[in-house]
Parts: sequence; structure tokens; C-alpha cells
Amino acid sequence: MASGVVRAEAEAPTAPTAPPYLVIQQVAKSFGTFAALHRVSLTITQGEFVAFLGPSGCGKTTLLRAIAGLDPPTTGSITQGGRDITGLPPEMRDFGIVFQSYALFPNLSVAQNVGYGLRGGGWTRARVAERVAELLTTVGLPEQAQKYPAQLSGGQQQRVALARALANEPGLLLLDEPLSALDAIVRINLRQELRSLQRRLGVTTIMVTHDQEEAMSVSDRIVVMSQGRIEQVGTPEDIYRRPATPFVAGFVGRSAHFDAKIDTPANMLITPDGLRLEARGLAHLLYGARVEVFIRPEDVRIGPEALVMRHHQGVVTHVEFMGALSRVSVELGRLRLDADVPAGMVTALGAFVGSAIPVALPPEALMVFPTDV
Amino acid sequence: MSSGTLPASLIPAPPVVRPRLSRAAQIMRLGQWVALMTLAMALLLPMGVLLSRAFSNQAGQFVWLANFATYVTTPALFTAAWNSLWTSALTTALVIPLAFFYAFALTRSRIPAKGFFRAAMLIPVLAPSLLPALALITLFGNQGMLRGALFGQPLYGPVGVIMAQVFSCFPHAALILAVALGTSDGRLYEAAAALKAKPLRVFMTVTLPQARYGLVSAAIVVFTLVMTDFGIPKVIGGQFPVLATDVYKQVVGQLDFNMGAVVGIVLLLPAVAAFLIDRWAQRQREATMSGRAVSYQPKPNAARDGLCLLHCLVVAGVLLGLTGVAIWGSLITFWPYNLTLTTANYAFENFDPAGWGAVWNSVKLATLVAVIGAPAIFTIAWLLERGPQGGPIPGMLRLTAQLPLAIPGLVLGLAYILFFNHPANPLGYFYGGLVILVANCLVHFYTVGHLTAMTAIRQLDPEFESVGASLRVPVFVTFGRVTVPICLPAILDIAVYLFVNAMTTVSAVIFLYGPDTKLAAIAVVHMDEAGQGSAAAAMACTILAITAAVKLFHVAMGGVVNRATQAWRQR
Repeated sequence: MASGVVRAEAEAPTAPTAPPYLVIQQVAKSFGTFAALHRVSLTITQGEFVAFLGPSGCGKTTLLRAIAGLDPPTTGSITQGGRDITGLPPEMRDFGIVFQSYALFPNLSVAQNVGYGLRGGGWTRARVAERVAELLTTVGLPEQAQKYPAQLSGGQQQRVALARALANEPGLLLLDEPLSALDAIVRINLRQELRSLQRRLGVTTIMVTHDQEEAMSVSDRIVVMSQGRIEQVGTPEDIYRRPATPFVAGFVGRSAHFDAKIDTPANMLITPDGLRLEARGLAHLLYGARVEVFIRPEDVRIGPEALVMRHHQGVVTHVEFMGALSRVSVELGRLRLDADVPAGMVTALGAFVGSAIPVALPPEALMVFPTDV
Repeated sequence: MSSGTLPASLIPAPPVVRPRLSRAAQIMRLGQWVALMTLAMALLLPMGVLLSRAFSNQAGQFVWLANFATYVTTPALFTAAWNSLWTSALTTALVIPLAFFYAFALTRSRIPAKGFFRAAMLIPVLAPSLLPALALITLFGNQGMLRGALFGQPLYGPVGVIMAQVFSCFPHAALILAVALGTSDGRLYEAAAALKAKPLRVFMTVTLPQARYGLVSAAIVVFTLVMTDFGIPKVIGGQFPVLATDVYKQVVGQLDFNMGAVVGIVLLLPAVAAFLIDRWAQRQREATMSGRAVSYQPKPNAARDGLCLLHCLVVAGVLLGLTGVAIWGSLITFWPYNLTLTTANYAFENFDPAGWGAVWNSVKLATLVAVIGAPAIFTIAWLLERGPQGGPIPGMLRLTAQLPLAIPGLVLGLAYILFFNHPANPLGYFYGGLVILVANCLVHFYTVGHLTAMTAIRQLDPEFESVGASLRVPVFVTFGRVTVPICLPAILDIAVYLFVNAMTTVSAVIFLYGPDTKLAAIAVVHMDEAGQGSAAAAMACTILAITAAVKLFHVAMGGVVNRATQAWRQR
């Protein structure tokens, strides 16, 4: 149980129902005196799509490379399909991998790249050609077989790399930042294709990414990592709605952040400014305990909506037009908050720069974490 | 929620992982080990023998620094060190400005015929360093037609040595500087132009600082080349003693191997110092170039382009002219009394007992060095770069591969005779044979090939082997299907480099040839010694013709190879 979770709502059921496929226990990796991973444990079930999410240097790629056997861990154990693979070299494991750079062989044609692993026992020329054609159709590139990688677009190269990784029907597909070298639009299209392809094939997949939107849109579960530790494992909604730690609350999605203390009565917070805010599920915390509070822009209420609940008087400092939504920045004393409102509502709410406006922070929307002392 | 956030301190320490090396990784590790042992055998053992000889007397007793004391107190020997030092410094001071503006013209101006000027610049690399010396003798020697141009100074001595060295060192400096100037960041010039800086100020504040490490490298290379060259001072130095000729005199003239070893170590010191400074400069240079740099496109500028063209024409004219004089001199019946043209000088058997055999020996040696060296050097670089990285072996191999650059050819050659001639050495059988010559050339020219191979391999995606492993394709298949085809141009470059250098070197082989393995470049020295200047020039020209033919073949073959293996580079 993560110590930071103080939300009253029941946790969504995340326990895997299928049998575990990949079991990572106490895996640590150090480079000299630097610890890149601190005893990480994680269980992934058959057919799951899991994303490792975190800022650069959080250990997500280190964990992926430990699973692949490219850089074996220092301590711990990893089993895949019941077989202990911890110290095995990559050649003796069962996985396909797509790198950020794709690592396509530039001097081989698309067909030769895809068929690269189809060799030895039983792979006759005809069977290889058949399998390559099948794979290229699967990834939507049936016409490109004879081209060289340099003649393809970035998105097409990514698909070739994917086809090559899937050629041997691996039990585990590893994707290391597979989309981050692509344009925004290509990236969004490809991640949906990636997801539907993964569903169709049912291959257990791990994707490393620093892009939370990408992680949320494709994964069954997300593993949020920071400084070599797992902060939280959960569905995208869990991670966003019920962050387990201040790090997750701050890293995933946008939120305003401020310090406060527990006041009386129970569930009442007070900011250093003396602003009193109501929260939920804090009955177990003692009077005077320091807490960190997060709130998302879409949860902050301003204007007439705020009037129906406990509210404070704030001042609009900035209005940013963002398309469908506008982001209104308000100040409550020294507290700076953002509120997302539909763009057409800005005028109706009376949100003009410099004007006073009622602001409410709904109690159930506050994400509160005791500050460790 | 997840087991990942359990406090680690509550759980007993997990087992330590013992990674298993795959079969392929084990073989690669073995390969690294064999490469390290072979290089150590071929480099460190002979150098160790050289060191021990410098500290012993003729009877083989250990005498501490007695030999060095004798050296320092013998004025003649000490003069040689001083002569080496100042001729090297003066040559460097002359070559660097010439090479800098030549490289500047090639990279920073819009002069026409850059391809021609680049080719002309390479001529001295293809010729033995004796060729310019012989040409200078034809022009300015005791019988020379332009003797008066030296204002009564004798050519034989420092004047001739420096003139010939400038010629033969020029391309080495110009190549380094062309690279240093060619990889500069165009955005800095745009920024300088946006700030309205005058051309001279741009030159002083952008161009020179960007090239400063290239200048350091070039100066060091030239200094070391002059310091350690044997051929030029031997042929044109007359009675002017330098360190390199002193080693030869001690060993071949007086059979004093111990004093020879001492002079060799004195010669080694500046080379090692230069090597260390150059490594420092290389590191600094790598740090100055960011990955996002934009290459510089010079804009037309009549004054700059005119001056650049003039400079290039003069330099290329001198390079081609001296080569032309050498060729002409080789075709003259009896200089300077009978200027009718003849091919009699090419009948080498009339001048030297080895005759044309020396040429074939040289070709055989150069071919063996290229054919063995290029694949071996590339494979070792690949084992080092892509093999298992744990343990002390990769680091030691990396260092050993760099060392040959710091050892002058003459010193390595001396170490080789001392090592292979040692009565206790079972390998003594090879002394005077082709094997020892091939081994010496491979070691002596190892580092440049190694660096070329490393550069080529480092340009490949570091994950190629990982992808291969994930597809359960042995790493050797990936080497053969991907790494070698992509790097084939670099491998050919290494082969040609080895061939050309093995053809032209004197210093690396002067101590090592035997009666049956006399080499063309050695024959040049001997024929010149015997007063057969025209025949010596003819032999030097024969070497140039062979290396130039190989180079041309390389360029032509490069096109074929590119079409066959590099088609994927086309978009």
C-alpha cells in the first residue's frame, strides 16, 4: 500500500486476472556507485500492454534493457513464462524489440530487414518471402518491400522495425520510445495502429515513453517511475485520478501545487496565507500535520459555478486561449491556480484580466499528500 | 496497490545476478584477448628489449644510466639532438601557414578546380620522402642549374633537409587542417555577419579559434614527422647530423646497438610528448563541434578567392614541379652533361644487385600488409567496439592500439632487430625475412587504420547487434551482412593507406630487410649513396607510379564498390 494515498474513494480493481507472464522481483542495477534502479518489483500478465512512464533518467530504459538482457541487472530476478531469464544473454530470450532509432539495417532492403531473423531450420526462401509479405501487410506496407530504409518516411521505418521485431512471433514485444522520433500527427495515428495491432496479435508488450499522453492512450497499465523507483502502477485513469504519490500527481497531467497544514475541524486545511480549504479523507491526519496539495485545472471552479459551494474571492491575472478550452489564471492571495473553462464561456464568467472573480476548490478534487518529515 | 513501492529495507537482499555471456560474446572476448596478446607481442616485447639494451653494456651487463651519461657527454651526439629539434621546429613554422591557407582555400573559398588541388596536395603522400630530396639535388645540388638561387649556401645540410621536409610534410598538415576547417559551424558566421563584423575580425574571432586544435594537431604531426624521418637527412643532409641518422650510424656503422638504443630512446621522447599533446587536442576538438551544427557555405568574394587561387596555384605548382623534376631527372642520360632522354636509369640491375627484384619485394610487402592488415585492423576495432565491455581487456587493447603512433618507425625497427636477433628468441628464424617486415609495417601503421575503423564503426547504430541478438541471429552474421558491407569504403581506405605507406617507408624497414628482401625505398638510399642519383630518382619514381596507380585504382574501384554496396545511401 502506497503511503501517500489518502483519497477516500475506493481504488479501482487493478489486480490482474490472467496468470502472470513476466515477473520482476527486486531488480536493481547500479553503474559503479550510481544506482539506476532500486529493487524494483513488477508483475505483467499475458497479453497486457504496459507503459513505463517517467522523466529522462528515471530508470525506465534501464529496466527495459534488463528485461531484454542487453544490460543485465545487478541483483534481483526476472522470470518470463515461468523461466528464469535473469542472467541469460539476449540470444537465449524470447522477445522482439523496436528502438527509438529503429536500428534498421540501412544496406538491406525492407524485405531483407523484416526477414532478418527468419533463418535456419525450415525457413526456406519461399516461406521467408511468404512470412515477410504477411508481416508487411500486417503493418500496412505491402508495396515497399524492395526499397531501402532511407527511402521511407519516419513512420514507415517505424512500421518496418515493428514488422522485423514481430517476425519470429516473440512472446514479448519491447518498445523503447518507439514514436518519439516522429511528427506529432504521425505519432498519434501510429500509436492507435500500434494498439490495435497489439490487441489483434495478443502479444505482451512493454513500451518505454516519456510522453504521458502516449502512455495513457495505448496502455492497459502504466508504471510511473522516478529516480530508479516505481512510484505507481495502475490503469491510466488510476494514475490520473488517484495518484499514489506527489510525484505522480505533479508529473501526470497538469496541476497547481501548494503547501498547507491540517486545521480543525477534521478534513480542513489551512494554507500559509490563512486560506481555509475543505478536503476529504484526512480524518487520520493529526492537527498541524504538513501536507502537499494538488488540484487539476479542470477541477477548479470559477464564476457563478463557484458561488454554489464554499468559495473565495480571486483576481484574474491571465487568460490563455487554447482552442476548445481557455486557461484562466487566478490568484487567491499568494496562491496561483489555473482553471480550464470552455473558450466560449470566458466572457460569460466575467473572466477579464484584473477583474475579481469567485473561485472554488471542490473538496473531492483536492489531492492531498502528507509531507514526509 | 503495487508491490513495487514496498519499502526495500523490509525484504532480504535479493540474489546477485551473474550474467551469462552468450557463445558469440565469449568468442568475441577470446578475440579481444588474442588481439591484445598479439599486439603486445609485436609491440611491447620488442620495445622492452630496446629499453633493456639502452641500460646495458656490450657484454649485456646492466649499467644503469652509464650509456646515457656517455651520450650526454659526447658533443657530436648532442649536436644531432639539437639539429633535429631546430630543423623540426623551423619546418613546422614554414609548413603550417602554407598548409593552413591551402586548406582554407579548399574549404572556405569559391576557387575553381578544388578537386584538382585536393589531388595535387596528396602527391607527396604517394611518393617516398626521398623523391623531393632527389629532385632538389637535381635543381640545387653541386651540379644543379639553380644552384645560384641558394646564395652560396650548400644544399646538402639544413637547407636541403628543410626544403624537402616542407614538401613531404605539407599534405599531412593540409589534410588535418582541411578537416578542422571543413567541419566548422556555419551559424557562427551568420551570427558574426548579423553583428556586422568585418572579414578580418570574423577570421580572427571565428575561423582561427575553430581551427585552433586542428592547428595544434597539424603542428605536432609535422614536428614528429620531421623529427623521426630518416630518408631525407640521409640523402640530402650531407654532414649535418640528426638523431635519425645517428641511430643508423651507431647501429649499422659502428655496430653499437646499446648506444643506438639510447639514441632511439632520445628520439622516442619527443614523439611520445607529441602524441600526448595531440590526444589532448583531439579531445578538445571533439568537444567543440555540436551535433546541430550547420555546414558553412562560402559566399563569393573576389579578393579572397583571388588570393586563395594564387596561393593554391603556387603551392600545387611547386608540388607538381618538384615531382616533375624528379621524373625528368630519372630520364636523363648523364646529369648535367648529357641531357638526352633515356630509360637506361630504369634498368635497375645495372645499378643495384637486387635490381627490379627490390620493386617486386616492395609490392609483395605492401600487398601483404594491406591484405592482412585491413581486415585484421577492422575486425579488431569491431571486437573492441561491439564486443563485451567488462573487465580490463577492452581498455588495455584500446591503449595498445594507440601506442604505435607514438613510436618512430626507426625506433620500432631497431627494437625489432634487437628482439628478433636475440640469440634466445625462437622467432629469430624470421630475421631478415618478409614476415618480420610485414609484422613491423603492420604495427608501425596500425593506429591510423585503427582510428579510421573506429570512426566508421561508431557511425553505425549502436543497437544493430542488439537487434540481431533479439532475433537470435549470431553477431557474426550481422558483422558479415551489415557491418562489413556498410564499412567497406573505410576498409578499402585502410588497405590503400597501408599499401602506400609500406611502399614508401624507409625508416621502418631500414634495419630489417635481408639479402633476399631488399625493398625499393631502401634501394633508393643505396643507389644515392653510390652516387647513382638518376637511378635513385628512377626508383623513387617507380614507387610513386605504383602507389599512384593503386590510388587511382582505389578511386575507380570506389565507384564500383559504392554502386554495389552503398546503393542504399541514395534517397
